[in-house]
Amino acid sequence: MLEVKQLTKRFGGLIAVSTVDLSVIEGEIVSLIGPNGAGKTTLFASIAGFLKPDGGDVQLHGQSILNLKPHKICQRGMVRTFQITQPFAALNTLENIMVGAYSRTGDKALAQREAERVADIVGMTSQLHQKADGLTVAARKRLELARALATKPKLLLLDEVMAGLNPTEIDEIVDVIKGIRDTGVTIFLIEHVMKAVVNLSDRTYVLNDGKLIAQGTPESVASNPIVIEAYLGHGAAAAMAGEGAT
Amino acid sequence: MTLKAKNALLFGLAFLVAALAPVGISSKFYLDVLTLIFFTAYIGQSWNILGGYAGQFSFGGVMFFGTGAYTSSILLITFGIPPIFGIFVAVLMGAFLGFLVGYLSFRSGLRGSYFALITLAFAELLRVLANSVEFTGGGVGLFLTYAPGLKNLQFVSPTGFYYFSLFLLVISLVIALWLERSRFGAQLVAIRENEEAAEALGIDTLKCKLYAIMIMGGMGGAAGTFYAQKYLYIDPPISYSIALSVEMLLVSIVGGLGTVFGPLIGSIVLHVVNEVARHFIDTPGLSLIVYGVILIFIISYLPNGLVGLFRKTRGKKEDGGA
Repeated sequence: MLEVKQLTKRFGGLIAVSTVDLSVIEGEIVSLIGPNGAGKTTLFASIAGFLKPDGGDVQLHGQSILNLKPHKICQRGMVRTFQITQPFAALNTLENIMVGAYSRTGDKALAQREAERVADIVGMTSQLHQKADGLTVAARKRLELARALATKPKLLLLDEVMAGLNPTEIDEIVDVIKGIRDTGVTIFLIEHVMKAVVNLSDRTYVLNDGKLIAQGTPESVASNPIVIEAYLGHGAAAAMAGEGAT
Repeated sequence: MTLKAKNALLFGLAFLVAALAPVGISSKFYLDVLTLIFFTAYIGQSWNILGGYAGQFSFGGVMFFGTGAYTSSILLITFGIPPIFGIFVAVLMGAFLGFLVGYLSFRSGLRGSYFALITLAFAELLRVLANSVEFTGGGVGLFLTYAPGLKNLQFVSPTGFYYFSLFLLVISLVIALWLERSRFGAQLVAIRENEEAAEALGIDTLKCKLYAIMIMGGMGGAAGTFYAQKYLYIDPPISYSIALSVEMLLVSIVGGLGTVFGPLIGSIVLHVVNEVARHFIDTPGLSLIVYGVILIFIISYLPNGLVGLFRKTRGKKEDGGA
């Protein structure tokens, strides 16, 4: 469904994303993990049309979307959420979600019905008429998810929807994401919460210093020495193995 | 009675009163003040569509007004085309100018103060141009002949212009009401609140902003024709006056940004304050100071404009009742 080929993004002399190859197959939940500053959000932004890559290609359903603007990519069925939530602050929850729904219909009543349906999926029905700038962090994350979902995507790019949530809230949103996948939406997500990554993903990619260093099932990636060293520093994998032996 | 029905009834009544006002008001002065209030509300609404709803503040809104005034006047003087047709060409020219300025600035990603300044620069550029080229009459300006009749959009009694301005005002209110209910309006508001998120959610932000500035331009063009036919004289400083650019944003901000009735309420308050200050204060210039103080007060204490104040008190009442 999504094919990323040799994608490279530079900021001046800094290579934020370097020749990344990855693919997401329909129906999967794929995750992207990596230490802070690894280039995950940059990679997402380059895929979704917010940044212009310096090299490589991004294909959705076999067609290159490299030079398309984000709204065109959204119309083709791929939508992203933002790590730092970007609500329409002066609007209430319903109006926020309706903006997403309007990407598929020009009819106000239809858009409203769709927004209410999506609000139910993410569990925001009781907050429909609350203004977005008065929402809690957890609710804003849900709103971000709901708005994206209202555009009826085939592929959803989620950028750290669990950051800043407490364990209960994380469990709830994991269930929501699973529910979304079950409705036929493919999901590609950036996440730091390992428990959720293991729980959710079919496959995981690991990014470090802009390069992919590992991929596979979440369990295999988590025990991969290269990945452990990327997170904890040189020699950490050996030390952990030693600790395990004693 | 539901709130909606109550509002509809209220607006219906207000419209009826406005429509019948000339029957009761025989004073030319008061009719003229009302005409001016409606005209400012109309041009304020044109600014409000791009500035209040879409969040793109412009300091050069007068450019559309001036271009419309010159368009219909030149058509009349040089080509003998009556303003009743000229006004439509003025609307088209305004919209076209909006497209041009919008395309150049939005395409290159100008936002906020940069966009505001570029519109100011365009308005100034047009003023200088109108001063220098021949077909605008240069610095001498253009004189229009007084020949009352619907064809020329000129009227013997002030009542005619009163209804003309009321007609424009109603059109502007209908456009704003449509924005409140339509997808396009919701998309403009989304752009105002967060342009990047709007783009991510499938909104063609460039196209929407272009449509908004074209509507503003078209409305401004018609306002230009109105002015030219009412006062029968235009020159570059009048047509591209910074004061009018400021006035249209002022009435929107004072009344309430991004609201249907904000520009009208702002216009009523500003004109009434202005007239009252002028009536009671004889010292020249002092009335302007009073006017300024009241403005400062409104802007500092009512960030959401007078409409915001009204909503706040009504909200409290509803909370209290529940």
